[in-house]
Amino acid sequence: MIELIQSSLRLSTPLVFAALGGLLCERAGVATICLEGVLLISAFTAATVDVFTSSPLTSILVGMIAGSAFMGLHALLTQKAKADHIISGVAINILAAGLPPLLSQAWFGSSTNTPSVPSNARLSEPAIIAAALILPLAMHYLIYRTSFGLRLRSAGDGPEALQTSGISVGRVRTLALLLGGALTSLGGSYLSIGHSSQFLRDMTAGSGFIALAAIIFGKWRPIPVFLASLFFGFTEALPMILQGVTWRGLSLPVQWIQAIPYVLTLGILVTTVGSARPPRAIGSK
Amino acid sequence: MPRRSWLLCLILFLLTHRAFPLATQPLKVGLVLDRGGKDDKSFNASAFRGATRAQKELTIHLKVLECSSDSAFVPSIRTFAQHGYDLIIGIGFVQKSAIEAVAKQFPNLSFLLIDAPSTLPNIRSIIFQEHEGSYLVGTIAALTSKTKSVGFIGGMDIPLIRRFELGYRTGAQSVSSLVKILTHYVGSSSEAWRDPARAKELALLQFSKGVDVVFCAAGSSCLGVFDAAEERKKFAIGVDSNQNWVKPGTILTSMVKGVDQAVFDSIRLKLRGSFTGGTVHMGLKEDAISFSIDENNRKVLTPAVEQEALNIREQILNGLIKVPDYYHLNKPLSTPK
Repeated sequence: MIELIQSSLRLSTPLVFAALGGLLCERAGVATICLEGVLLISAFTAATVDVFTSSPLTSILVGMIAGSAFMGLHALLTQKAKADHIISGVAINILAAGLPPLLSQAWFGSSTNTPSVPSNARLSEPAIIAAALILPLAMHYLIYRTSFGLRLRSAGDGPEALQTSGISVGRVRTLALLLGGALTSLGGSYLSIGHSSQFLRDMTAGSGFIALAAIIFGKWRPIPVFLASLFFGFTEALPMILQGVTWRGLSLPVQWIQAIPYVLTLGILVTTVGSARPPRAIGSK
Repeated sequence: MPRRSWLLCLILFLLTHRAFPLATQPLKVGLVLDRGGKDDKSFNASAFRGATRAQKELTIHLKVLECSSDSAFVPSIRTFAQHGYDLIIGIGFVQKSAIEAVAKQFPNLSFLLIDAPSTLPNIRSIIFQEHEGSYLVGTIAALTSKTKSVGFIGGMDIPLIRRFELGYRTGAQSVSSLVKILTHYVGSSSEAWRDPARAKELALLQFSKGVDVVFCAAGSSCLGVFDAAEERKKFAIGVDSNQNWVKPGTILTSMVKGVDQAVFDSIRLKLRGSFTGGTVHMGLKEDAISFSIDENNRKVLTPAVEQEALNIREQILNGLIKVPDYYHLNKPLSTPK
């Protein structure tokens, strides 16, 4: 039981960061299908920097800068160039999927992974997980209790009102994207040098999209989004615990056990979540 | 010794005669790796090592492709075939259907398939007797374990890996019937070969249930198992390549599968013109399966355990120990599908 909780926490940590980072952007009215790309690029950057510096703190910071930069690119494309948010997001995802193998091949002679870092150069897992547990409260405060939060919500729900009061919608959204990118990057760095000890090609394996689902699951509110991320982490951990468990000499085949998360998610989606209303002006230019 | 020098002349003549056209147009070898990629430090790394050794020693033209998805196998193999590569090597059982599809279209080219059988005349397929090596590391694990419970983490749930598991299980239980064995599989798709995060969670789970030695047969997913073992100060057993160096002191030993040797030998056969199709079995007897000892695990693998493992190796070779083979469990003497 304790193992199940610990395992769920470890697996949901990257989701929590990505979902809450993405939430910030979405509440500001920017569709962030590019979460996956930001996770990937930050995971790669952190792992690469860690190989050269052996300093987890530097690595996580540079990882955050890289993630922010990619979100900044998204801001540039969607806010300055007025590109479609989904198209820009997909472009960023493709860029982030292709760049690491190319650079990794050039720097380390392997397109599939970076060299592994020794255990003393890795992020402290408990510290990151603790941060993931506190983050939703901080986000709740930021979004609902600060003036920046108010502007953020207006940028997403009524950008006209924000504009009328003389505040640049583009600037608020860009700020939200940069901050959201930095938060998401914490999840990426955790993936490569916290939970693992190296970057592997496509190691996020769709975490960014699951985080996006968690945002919708949690109806764009920080605490429910956090809980939804935990739920997705739990559905990943559960099949592992169930594997090899026998009941009266019978055990479920691996294939069945691995279908559990999907069945569980569909079930919850159909029965309890109900309709989710996105920020009104999401995706607007 | 006139006779001998005559023979020498003949050999020299044959060699130069063969070597001459080779110098102008070297043998073209295409290597298509499995999902783990050439730096998985395990299965693919071994194949890559064998191919690069051939490149250095036999002066062949070598091109290596890594596939990022299962659907990329056929196009990669076909590209090699269309460019007239003389020998195309597919690593891993997942490439069986892809290799066979292309081999049918290009009956004049030669193909090498590792880990899966094939009946096509231009495919040479190599099957390793993994169960024998797994039996050996199973006994090593059980002899080393203080808690008398050992773990197995497989990659994709397929007969090949079940074969590892059965050998390991039998080996561990041969030490004592009281030894507990926990088994987990990373997944049921080829993603399972490259999911260290999940493999790590499985290893942590096994450790929490008292396991203190875990054997991992899961390609690059094993890197996660090694991380877990290092964190919890337990032992892990590597697979396919000698992985002792990856985490010295944590990796008890590795079950080495001579993929590098098989690849190298096949290229050499092709070069000498004696490449033939058919299925080749390689095991302990051919020294294609072994467990590794080097300076990285000297301190953790005790001499007593090593001696015992060597004794058991002898007994398997003499036929005193029959290691059950998962492929022949239900259908005696048939090859796997």
